[in-house]
Amino acid sequence: MPEHMPLLKVRDLQTSFFTPAGEVKAVNGVSFNLERGKVLGIVGESGSGKSVTAYSIMQILASTGKIVGGSIKLDGQELVGAGEKVMKTVRGNKISIIFQDPMTSLNPTYTIGRQLMEAILLHTNRDRKQAWDRAVEMLRLVNVNEPEKRMKQYPFEFSGGMRQRVMIAMALACEPDILIADEPTTALDVTIQAQILELMKSLQEELGMAIIMITHDLGVVAQLCDEVIVMYAGSICEQGTAEEIFYNPRHEYTKGLMRSIPTAGTAGTKLHPITGTPIDLLNMPQGCPFAPRCDNAMKICLRERCPRMEINEDHMASCWMNVKSGIEDGSILPEEEKGGEAK
Amino acid sequence: MSENLNQPLVEVKNLKEYFNINVGMFKSKPLKAVDDVSFAIKKGETLGLVGESGCGKTTVGRTLLHLYKPTGGEIVYNGKAIKTKEDINEFRKKATMVFQDPYSSLNPRMTVSDIIGEPLDVHRMYSGRAARQERILELMDQVGLNSEHASRYAHEFSGGQRQRIGIARALALKPDFIVCDEPVSALDVSIQAQVINMFDELQEKMGLTYLFIAHDILVVRHISDRIAVMYLGKMVELAGAAEIYERPLHPYTRSLMSAVPQPDPKIARANKRIVLSGDIPSPLNAPSGCPFRTRCPHAAEVCAQSMPELKEAAPGHFVACHRVNEIG
Repeated sequence: MPEHMPLLKVRDLQTSFFTPAGEVKAVNGVSFNLERGKVLGIVGESGSGKSVTAYSIMQILASTGKIVGGSIKLDGQELVGAGEKVMKTVRGNKISIIFQDPMTSLNPTYTIGRQLMEAILLHTNRDRKQAWDRAVEMLRLVNVNEPEKRMKQYPFEFSGGMRQRVMIAMALACEPDILIADEPTTALDVTIQAQILELMKSLQEELGMAIIMITHDLGVVAQLCDEVIVMYAGSICEQGTAEEIFYNPRHEYTKGLMRSIPTAGTAGTKLHPITGTPIDLLNMPQGCPFAPRCDNAMKICLRERCPRMEINEDHMASCWMNVKSGIEDGSILPEEEKGGEAK
Repeated sequence: MSENLNQPLVEVKNLKEYFNINVGMFKSKPLKAVDDVSFAIKKGETLGLVGESGCGKTTVGRTLLHLYKPTGGEIVYNGKAIKTKEDINEFRKKATMVFQDPYSSLNPRMTVSDIIGEPLDVHRMYSGRAARQERILELMDQVGLNSEHASRYAHEFSGGQRQRIGIARALALKPDFIVCDEPVSALDVSIQAQVINMFDELQEKMGLTYLFIAHDILVVRHISDRIAVMYLGKMVELAGAAEIYERPLHPYTRSLMSAVPQPDPKIARANKRIVLSGDIPSPLNAPSGCPFRTRCPHAAEVCAQSMPELKEAAPGHFVACHRVNEIG
């Protein structure tokens, strides 16, 4: 290994669910690096595999789900196949996760304090008194008023935004290196969402952890993320810095997404939606999974999946259109294998 | 349309909807879900209604259609107040609703053609079986559903297609007015745009009037002519869509507009958000005076004493704030 080692290195991750209807390849060959102190956004529609990617890293898949291939290395340590014992030292300690719905991720029968202390007692050498103090400190960190009083309350006494703060406090109690946030603000109102995002950003800068932000909201990505992965049907179609993805999208799906969101400038005009419906993972086409919905699909798109291609050092995309435009402007020499013929 | 062009299609006057909530064994307390809300919608117009969960926007939509009996106030449709049972029955042929959740708003035991045909059955709006079926297929075609799917069940469709079924049902009686309650918030981004465009096209084709309720400001900004903002059961601001988005006057609207996550990294990072402290108070214990004063950075004594009236601050721009002139 050269001296540089990313904090988290995922290579060719494949996760499948074995259902009565057959094998569903929810994640199919996902690779990325996460550097210390960076915010990585994973965007995609429902069923694109963004959450399953996160659950695979944590190894908290439903019983029908299984990682069938690939590697996940945390600080050089392989997690795939490492076993429950190792994972127990990782979960909540080195990697924490917060879920979309703060309503259902807290236990309604335990006090907030007890739930906060659980992770601290499990992963650190603190005694109960110290764990209590640490929990209070964490609540104060996430701007919960009167933390001592709040420690003795139950989840139903908290509002949605407050519950999400508690979830963040719980996730950060052991100072993880990576925080995975799975749609953390989807269930919240915009003004509360702004509070939570602001809080996550400031905590991330303060504590220097890395965040994997899973969301379908491109606005959240634009605000928070350094790098962005766009997923479609279980694989990455485009990956790059936020600026590259937003201002120079090079995959037809990403372009379609950008065109289909309403902004202040689109009032009074027609939106440009992506046609068709999301793909059925049980019936994956042979070529590019997006080809059936793509307006510019070429023959090769239906036949063969485009490999990851480097657009520039900050940007990768898997779209034959880049080959086509490359041939047209002369930067790629036409080869009969690669050349896409227009339909 | 026939008489006065300026006459609004739908008028809501001092609408109140209180729910009685039990707060003890024998005590109940009114929850003022909608408190003294007035607005008017012109024919062919889209009025957007935004606000956070619990602000009463859905209740406005439902009370407007008399799905809840209003506690006070009145609803005037085409110049005629809706009062008697007959009025309501007639009104509901002209005013329908599209619901938020395309999963729970369609009966899983009914076929698509029966779901779309149900309003026709209820109001006996067809001459015979063949005419009924023909109308159903026509509706399916209007919303872009394949007519071969008429005998299928709702669970066989994706979220976007289900929402199309819900829209076809709302169109069945050839309404003039549709209340759209968060019709796209459960859909994926790429599907959302399809459905928004369809609302646009149907409006152009049939001259529909919409009350479009949503919490996504960018969606509402896109589709609406005017936007009304609610907070804790009260309407705090009402103005043209571009006007309210670019020059909000009420402190709550300002923070709401600034909190919208902009899908553009440069704008999003340069954007100065006005982050409000605290949460929306419980409507059971609403603050005295202006409901927003507990979170308002500009709150003064006068705000605790009385609820400010919705006044015209600029032409066509209404705002309910005591201090609107002082905060600039």
